[in-house]
Amino acid sequence: MITARYHREIPQRYRLEAAKCSSCGHVSFPPRLVCPQCKARKFEAVNLSDEGTIVTFTVVRVASDKFSKETPFGVGIVELNDGVRVTAQIADVHPDELKVGQKVKLVFRRVQEDGKAGILCYGYKAVLA
Amino acid sequence: MVGIVGYGAYLPKYRIKAEVIAQQWGADPAAITRGLQLFEKTVPGQDEDTITISVAAARSALKRARINPKDIGAVYIGSESHPYAVKPSGTILIDALGIGPHVHVASYEFACKAGSEAMYVAYSHVKSGEMKYALGIGADTSQGAPGDALEYSASAGGAAFIMGSERVVAEILFTHSYTSDTPDFWRREGESYPRHGGRFTGDPAYFKHIMGAAQALLEKSKMKPEDFAYAVFHMPNGKFPQEVGKRLGFTKQQLEVGWVVPWMGNTYSGSSPTGLAGILDVAKPNDLIFMVSFGSGAGSDGFVYRVTDEITNVQDRAPKLREMLDTNKIHLNYGEYAKFRRKIKLND
Amino acid sequence: MRDVVVIGAGMTKFGELWEKSIKDIFVEAALKAIDDAGVDHIDSMYVGAMSSGLFVGQEHLGAVMADYLGVTPIPATRVESACASGGASFRQAYLEVASGASEIVLAGGVEKMTDGADVTEALATAADQEYEVYQGITFPGLYAMIARAHMERYGTTREQLAAVAVKNHRNGAKNPNAQFRSEVTAEQVMKSTMVADPLRLLDCSPVSDGAAAVIVASMEVAKKLKKNPIRVIASSQASDTIALHSRRDITTLDSVVRAAQKAYKLADKKPSDINLVEVHDCFTIAEITATEDLGFFEKGTGGEAAEKGWTSIECKRIPVNTSGGLKSKGHPVGATGVAQIIELYEQLNGKAGARQVEGARIGMAQNMGGSGASCVIHILEAI
Ligand SMILES: [Zn+2]
Repeated sequence: MITARYHREIPQRYRLEAAKCSSCGHVSFPPRLVCPQCKARKFEAVNLSDEGTIVTFTVVRVASDKFSKETPFGVGIVELNDGVRVTAQIADVHPDELKVGQKVKLVFRRVQEDGKAGILCYGYKAVLA
Repeated sequence: MVGIVGYGAYLPKYRIKAEVIAQQWGADPAAITRGLQLFEKTVPGQDEDTITISVAAARSALKRARINPKDIGAVYIGSESHPYAVKPSGTILIDALGIGPHVHVASYEFACKAGSEAMYVAYSHVKSGEMKYALGIGADTSQGAPGDALEYSASAGGAAFIMGSERVVAEILFTHSYTSDTPDFWRREGESYPRHGGRFTGDPAYFKHIMGAAQALLEKSKMKPEDFAYAVFHMPNGKFPQEVGKRLGFTKQQLEVGWVVPWMGNTYSGSSPTGLAGILDVAKPNDLIFMVSFGSGAGSDGFVYRVTDEITNVQDRAPKLREMLDTNKIHLNYGEYAKFRRKIKLND
Repeated sequence: MRDVVVIGAGMTKFGELWEKSIKDIFVEAALKAIDDAGVDHIDSMYVGAMSSGLFVGQEHLGAVMADYLGVTPIPATRVESACASGGASFRQAYLEVASGASEIVLAGGVEKMTDGADVTEALATAADQEYEVYQGITFPGLYAMIARAHMERYGTTREQLAAVAVKNHRNGAKNPNAQFRSEVTAEQVMKSTMVADPLRLLDCSPVSDGAAAVIVASMEVAKKLKKNPIRVIASSQASDTIALHSRRDITTLDSVVRAAQKAYKLADKKPSDINLVEVHDCFTIAEITATEDLGFFEKGTGGEAAEKGWTSIECKRIPVNTSGGLKSKGHPVGATGVAQIIELYEQLNGKAGARQVEGARIGMAQNMGGSGASCVIHILEAI
């Protein structure tokens, strides 16, 4: 059962809530307790841009059991317009059409499920813009 | 003035052609394409469901309405394919869109009219002065049993409507509902696919209820079919809405824009709401719109809308239905479709 | 800190060891190492293992292995740093002896991966569970993203990736403990099944069972035993962000760069002083980035170096993965870092047989965890 673990990440996965360091401005996603850049411990909440660019990607053809019915699927590192990078599946596209540098936008999708009877797990995925 | 202040529709990119399904079952494709006026239908991606469709549609509605999501006092999602049997779809949607937590949320179910129910209640809340805004959504990833006639039509999509009283884009002038115990189509608890009464779904069900609501609405409003720029009826296939429009005295031209079923399929709870969204995309100030939904079981909700001057400000703020319907399509073969719709028995 | 040496080594064959349990293979390797060192006791032991809980449902491996090795009540601790668990285990043993706390310590590593667990899922726990793995990414997928970025930026080619696999299989064919003792052609690599574009099956290290152990001791003990000790002249370790997407540069593994800088400084050596290196080639691209980040080749030229044969035993410029590497020798995750030390131990003792690097005196081992969030480096020198 992953309910508590899942519930904890909802603000990040659903709304891209991040933490901006009050002293150096570095944006951490997900939020942290210590700024990785300047070690300060004060932050303000910010929402990340939902648009960005593919920095690199792969097409997963052999997945863990949980994702094995969805292969092949694209996964990329996406640099959002505010400079923060996230790893995201790239949906609704034939994997052969993916290229580094493509513009994408993050949408709300079902990402996985906790077995047949467990909770459904949602979050962001990228689609070509 | 109370009515729609923001609207949005969403259709998945995936499609399957009616002829591909017909070929799978050895059926005559012409019976479907010519007979029922169904050419292809939307199919949800493996990662799409009523909730993700609702979120996408509601996000567009928010973009058009330009309101603070926190001001929405109620969220209702009507669907017959809520991903959870117990846990309202709206709970997930509000957290995705930053609505709430001070918000009233419920899932509605009334076969294909759950969406118009959600819109009706959302509208009533605002009209009563209970809240500033309320969100009503109709969305479905409809199920049709393999080989059943419904397999040609059951599709995926939805539309969301924010009701309010400021900067209204389409005022709701009249409503009327018509309901009876008519077992034309149902799904028992725990069953994967619905059952239906074949030709019993026609005259005693679809036509009787839509005509009942429509005629009452025309009487109430003291309007005639020719007063309306557009009309949209529930679209279980291409033929029925054309036929009911004709019986009521509407012309093909009035139905044309909202008649999206031939290339979209029946999005069940999203059907007439999606058609309405397509009409709002192109409507002009002062246009009158006539809408009657139908849900098996059975009932119909009717609405008369008058488009306001605000409409032209919001139309371009989010994707239009026609773009989603006509562009960027990914066609599936039957095997892919069966996999996407989880019709293949897995070893899990 | 005082001088620390390796005085004995032992390992199982790597591969699909259906008849043997995780306890069987660890004890087999440990006994071989103890016998090889000729010691009558050990003061303490470390067991490197990445995910025995997921692979075989057994944690608490320190005590489990001490019990079955018959060495209770000595201190016994399991060490975990994902795929760098073996290197970290060796480093703990090194530090314990260097500090003077113990005289003879066993550093072991083990993984039993073929008992039926979802290996892809288990390995993925070494990445950021909530922000990488949640999206369905796999380890081949993470390294594939490194590979694509490297290809985009530096023009590294598909053929260059294949050259790494070809060379490592050629070396592994000469290693009796290797899982794959067969050579492959570049064409076979490039036609093998796609796993995560652009990485194919023969770009990936295999799923393996195996254990490895070495005996680490003080120079005083080594002198008494009149063994041929190999001195540990540097032990370093560095960490980096757990998620690949958080890195400064996707094509450079900063943990490798940092650990290497530290190791060269500790050993007072430079890349050109190293006679051979065992690098963590969990995927072909990882060998290319490692040879760059360890300073053997300029950034962006690791692929070219592999293709030109500069990393082969024969070339001698810098023989890389003479053991066959993870690719051909096998990659029982927790055992890998220790097995790298064993290859250096054999090479520096002149006992590597057909894959011997002639006159090898200084060797380096680079063991990496996750997509590079952990890196452990050791430099060993023949005395
Ligand atoms: Zn800071």
